[in-house]
Amino acid sequence: MKSSWVRRAGVCLVASALAAVALAACGGSSDESGPPELTFFVAIQPGGTIEEVSKRCSEESKGKYTITPEFLPTDASQQREQLVRRLGAEDSSIDIIGMDVIWTGEFANAGWVEEWTGADKKAVTDKVFPNVIETASYEDKLYAAPFNTNTQLLWYRKDLVKQPPKTWDEMIEQAEGLKEAGSIQVQASRYEGYMVFVNALIESAGTEILSGPEEVDLEQGPTEQALAVIGKLANGGAAPPSLSTSDEDSARLAFEAGESAFMTNYTFAYASAQEEAPDIGKEMGYARFPQVDEGKPSKPPLGGFNLAVSSYSKNKDVAFEAATCLSNKTSQKTAVELDGLPPSRSDLYTDKTVTKAYPGFAQLVKESIEESGPRPTTPAYQDVSLAVQRALHPPDKIDASDTESIYDELKSKVEDAVKREGLL
Amino acid sequence: MTVNAPANPNPPEAAPAKASSRTRSEHKLAWMLCAPAVLAMLLVTAYPIAYAIILSLQDVDLRFPDEGGFVGLSNYSAVLSSDLWWTDIFNTVFIMLISVSIELVLGMAIALVMHRAIFGRGVVRTSVLIPYGIITVVAAFAWQFAFSPETGFVNNLPLISDEMDWFGGRFSSFAVIIMAEVWKTTPFMALLLLAGLVTIDSQLYEAAKVDGASAWQRFTRITLPLMKPAILVALLFRTLDAFRVFDTIFVMTRGALDTESVSILGYNQLISRLNLGLGSAVSVLIFLCVFLIAFVFVKGFGAKVEEGRPGG
Repeated sequence: MKSSWVRRAGVCLVASALAAVALAACGGSSDESGPPELTFFVAIQPGGTIEEVSKRCSEESKGKYTITPEFLPTDASQQREQLVRRLGAEDSSIDIIGMDVIWTGEFANAGWVEEWTGADKKAVTDKVFPNVIETASYEDKLYAAPFNTNTQLLWYRKDLVKQPPKTWDEMIEQAEGLKEAGSIQVQASRYEGYMVFVNALIESAGTEILSGPEEVDLEQGPTEQALAVIGKLANGGAAPPSLSTSDEDSARLAFEAGESAFMTNYTFAYASAQEEAPDIGKEMGYARFPQVDEGKPSKPPLGGFNLAVSSYSKNKDVAFEAATCLSNKTSQKTAVELDGLPPSRSDLYTDKTVTKAYPGFAQLVKESIEESGPRPTTPAYQDVSLAVQRALHPPDKIDASDTESIYDELKSKVEDAVKREGLL
Repeated sequence: MTVNAPANPNPPEAAPAKASSRTRSEHKLAWMLCAPAVLAMLLVTAYPIAYAIILSLQDVDLRFPDEGGFVGLSNYSAVLSSDLWWTDIFNTVFIMLISVSIELVLGMAIALVMHRAIFGRGVVRTSVLIPYGIITVVAAFAWQFAFSPETGFVNNLPLISDEMDWFGGRFSSFAVIIMAEVWKTTPFMALLLLAGLVTIDSQLYEAAKVDGASAWQRFTRITLPLMKPAILVALLFRTLDAFRVFDTIFVMTRGALDTESVSILGYNQLISRLNLGLGSAVSVLIFLCVFLIAFVFVKGFGAKVEEGRPGG
C-alpha cells in the first residue's frame, strides 16, 4: 500500500519537475525552421498512452508536425488550475489541450478553445457515443475531439455477495448485514470526485442539477431521495471509517485490502486489483451503478478527456490535424491497451483490445456510458461544483429522515453559484 | 524619519537651526543610496497592493472576459456578509493562537538549551534548525502520511485507536495541522529568542545568585523582563506568519470539514474560480487583518522591531 502512495507522490514530483524544466525551456527557440512543434498539455497517464500516441502521430504526419506532450498533475483540480492560468494570460505555447469533460463550457465561453467544424468535426465524432459528444459541446457547437471516456461500475465481492444489489437501499441493507466486512466504498472527500458521486445519484433519481448553463433544476422530490441515500450510507453501518476523506485511490486500496464488500469506482479498479491483490481480484464481481429509485434505470457517472485546440496556438491548422490523429481509432485502442481507458467510439467495444482489457464486462461498460448522466455543462461549472461540495460535505451531516433543510441549502447555494455570487 | 538615521550616525553635538551644507549633502546622499531600494519596494509591493485594491472594486472574472466593470464595495459586502468568511477567520485565529502559544513555550525551552549547551553547540543548533529548513509542503505530506489510517504509523502507537480517522473531524484535523506547524516553525521562534537571550549580561545572574535567588526566580525576574523586546518581536513575526497559514491545510484537508483558513478562501476565489474581484477583496481584507495584528503588537504591546532583531 505504501509503495503505491510513494509512487504516486513520486509521479507528481517528476511531473512538476518536468513542468518546471519545460517552463524554463519554453522561452525563445520557437522560430527555428522545420516542422512546427505542437505542445500537447494533458494529464499524465501512468501506462504511457500519451507518449505512445504523440510519437505515432508525429511519425504518421511525415514531417508536417511533431507533438511534444507536456504533462499536468494527476489531480483534476490542479490540472485545470495550471491550464486556466496560462490560458487566462493568452499563452501561445499551448497548442492542444487534454480537456476534462467538465471544462468545456468554461473554456468555450471564455474563448480559449477553437470550434470544430466541417470535415474535421465529422471525422472526430464518427461513431462516438452521443453522451460523450455532448460533453465536448457547448451551446450546440463542438469544441473538442472525444478521446477517452470513463464510467463507474459497481464492484462487489462474489464470495460475500450472492446477487449484486439493484438499488442503493438494497446494497446498504446487504452491507449492513455483512457487519465488519460489509462496508461500501465511494468517493466522498471534499473534491470533484464527491461531485461525481452526488451528480450520479441526483441524475439516477430522475432530475438534474442544471437544465441549462444558468438554469437550476433540482426537482425537490427526486433530489431529496438522492440526498437520503447519501445520509443513509454515511450514518449507517455500511460507511467505512474514513468515508469523508475517501477518493478513488483510497477506495481501491480499502477494497483490495479486503475491508469492503462493495465499491463504486472507475474501470481502472479491476486491473489494479488483479495486479495488486489477486486473491481479492479473482472474487471481484461487477454490475451496473445501482438505482436510487427502484425500477428507474440508474445514470452512471461519465468522465474522460476530449482534445481541444487552443485559440492562442500559432499553428491551429496543423493542431486540428494532430488532435484528429491523437483521438482516432488507433489512438483510442492504445489508450485502452496501455492504460485501460474506455474508448469514446462505440464501435470499439467488440474489438479484441477492449474485450481483453474488460474481460466479460466490455458490454456493461458500453451500456453504462450510453446511459450515463453527465455532470452539468456551464461556464460557471467550478462554482457549481464547489457549491455542491460545500453544501453536502461531510456526507454524514445529511439526515436521511429529514432532507428538506439540506435540500434548501443545496438549492440556494447552487442558485448563487450559477450567478457566480458569494464566497465559495 | 528612520530613513536618514543610519546615514547620520554621529549627529553634531550642538544642533543649530540651520543645517550645515555637509549635513545637507549627507541627506541627499542618503536619499540617493536608498532610492533603488525604495523603487524596488514600490515596484514589488506597492504596485501589486494597489492593483489588488483596484481589482477588488471591480467585477472581474477571467472566465467571462467580456463582462464586468466597477462595482464599488459590493465585493467587500459579499465577503463580510458571508458565514464562510467568519468561520474561516475563526479557524485561522484558532490555529494561530494555539500554535504560536505552543511555539513560544517550546521555543523558549529550546533557546535556553541552545544557550546553555557547553559542548557541541554547533551540532545542537544545526539539528534544532533542520525542521525549519524543510519545505512546508514536504513536511505537510510527511505528517499527513504519518497520520493517515491507511499508511501511517501514528494509529499503531499505544493509546491511539487503530481506526482513528484524523482528517475525518474538524478538531482532530486542527490537532494535526497545529502539530505540523509547531514542528516546523518552533526552530524559528527559538532562534529569535536565543538572539535575545545572548544579550543578557551574565553578571546579573551572578549577582542574583549571590542574593540567593532560585533558578525560577532568576528566570522570571531577570530573563523574562530583559527578553521582552525579543519575545514580542518573535511573537509578532510568528503571528503574522501563522495568520497566513496555507500549505499545511491545503495538503492535509484542502479546507474540508471547516478547517479552511482565510488564505485558502482567497485561493479558491482567485485560482479556482478565477473571480479576481471577489478574490482580491478577500486578499485586501487579509492584508488589513495582518496590518491590524502588527499595529496591535507595535502600538499596544510596544514591540520594537529594530531593537529586538537578532544582533540588534
